[in-house]
Amino acid sequence: MTQAKAESVVTDSEVHGDVSVDELKLADELLGTGRVASKEVAAYALRLGDDALILSQSLSWWVSRAPELEEDMALANITLDLLGHARAFLHFAGTASKKSEDDLAYWRDEHEFVNCWLVEQPGHDFAEMIARQFLFSAYQVGLYAALATSKDSSLAAIAAKSAREVRYHYDHAVQWVLRLGDGTEESRSRMIQALIDMWPYVDELFEDDDLTESLTGVAVLPSTLRPGFDEKVAAVLGEVDIEIPAGKPAKANGRQGIHTNQMGYILAEMQWLTRRHPEAKW
Amino acid sequence: MVAKEASANNQPSDPKALQAWRIAATVLDPEVPVLTIEDLGVLRHVEVAGETVSVVLTPTYSGCPAIDQMRDDVDTRLRQAGYKDVSVTYTLSPAWSTDWMTEDGKRKLKEYGIAPPNAKSSVLSGPIPITLGVKCPRCDSLMTEEISKFGSTACKALYRCRACEEPFDYFKVH
Repeated sequence: MTQAKAESVVTDSEVHGDVSVDELKLADELLGTGRVASKEVAAYALRLGDDALILSQSLSWWVSRAPELEEDMALANITLDLLGHARAFLHFAGTASKKSEDDLAYWRDEHEFVNCWLVEQPGHDFAEMIARQFLFSAYQVGLYAALATSKDSSLAAIAAKSAREVRYHYDHAVQWVLRLGDGTEESRSRMIQALIDMWPYVDELFEDDDLTESLTGVAVLPSTLRPGFDEKVAAVLGEVDIEIPAGKPAKANGRQGIHTNQMGYILAEMQWLTRRHPEAKW
Repeated sequence: MVAKEASANNQPSDPKALQAWRIAATVLDPEVPVLTIEDLGVLRHVEVAGETVSVVLTPTYSGCPAIDQMRDDVDTRLRQAGYKDVSVTYTLSPAWSTDWMTEDGKRKLKEYGIAPPNAKSSVLSGPIPITLGVKCPRCDSLMTEEISKFGSTACKALYRCRACEEPFDYFKVH
């Protein structure tokens, strides 16, 4: 996820292991506005960016493992969209601390990531992955629609762009929830179990805290998104006669940098190459 | 979502800028090499001040990797044309829409075998997008079906024609 740009001249002085490095020039502001985020807005953008980044990384596990080629392509496309959203949010968040999107993605440790727990949950069972996509996209559809009217023009621009894309993600997940939920006995029971497994991580998405409460008109107050989310989930699950899970919420604390076991594995895979070849650009 | 009043044609009126625009506008989409970045609506703004050309592009989808290639191609094309100082930047706002695709672009897409977007993006404003019949670019039949909403690139869906039995790409309304 480099935003660096290769110039035509290759300098052979900068070679890290077997990675040869071009002379690089940083691209100009992705947002074109050159705006610098305040500390608080950056902290909020970091949450949104981390959610998208970690979900993208988690979901990329499926590329080449999906049950059919079309599904491989669909999941790869969704992964790429999420990475695009993450890049924009992290780029903007980094303007406050003079860090690049790559600094933020590759050089923070686990406790510095502020993504929610849902996106780091294992989804190596197809139904689990679909449940995770369904719940998270249902949340994101509402989130980006609301954030598109943010007083912060950069957040609004990223949200307006992303909103168009997460509608596809949501629709994709809905189609699978219906298909699995209404399919064979096996697919139905696994879809139900997957929803039960992911449900404890839903509440965290809608928790307000000091940061979101202080950014009135800039951030979307998470609790305001809950009714729309519940309505969506009820409508879809109602169609296949699956009950809304009633499990207790996990004591999720991702916004404070506390994560589940899975997070270490995700970061290890995402970060090892960059850390093995510090400052390499590609 | 309220569609912003951004048009497909942002050609500058300043003759110098227009000259640079026409050069930048020859750059093709690397993934759909019949469309220029002007046809696509990706070329947003061109300005010339002295020897400096500033070009603004907008990505189609957020994660579309083709944008970097387009930027490099614009840069190269303008330098080859003699501009010494070229800067290419991105903007995200207003968000790109297939509404900006030129009629010429739609015609070229169809000839290339890709069904062009068949509606205005406001049709998609509901909670679940309404899918309109997509015409097969080869035989013009409306007896087509979606195989996957996600095709070989982010901007395309995969379809099959039940009349001529050929699979084809559809450039999604966005």
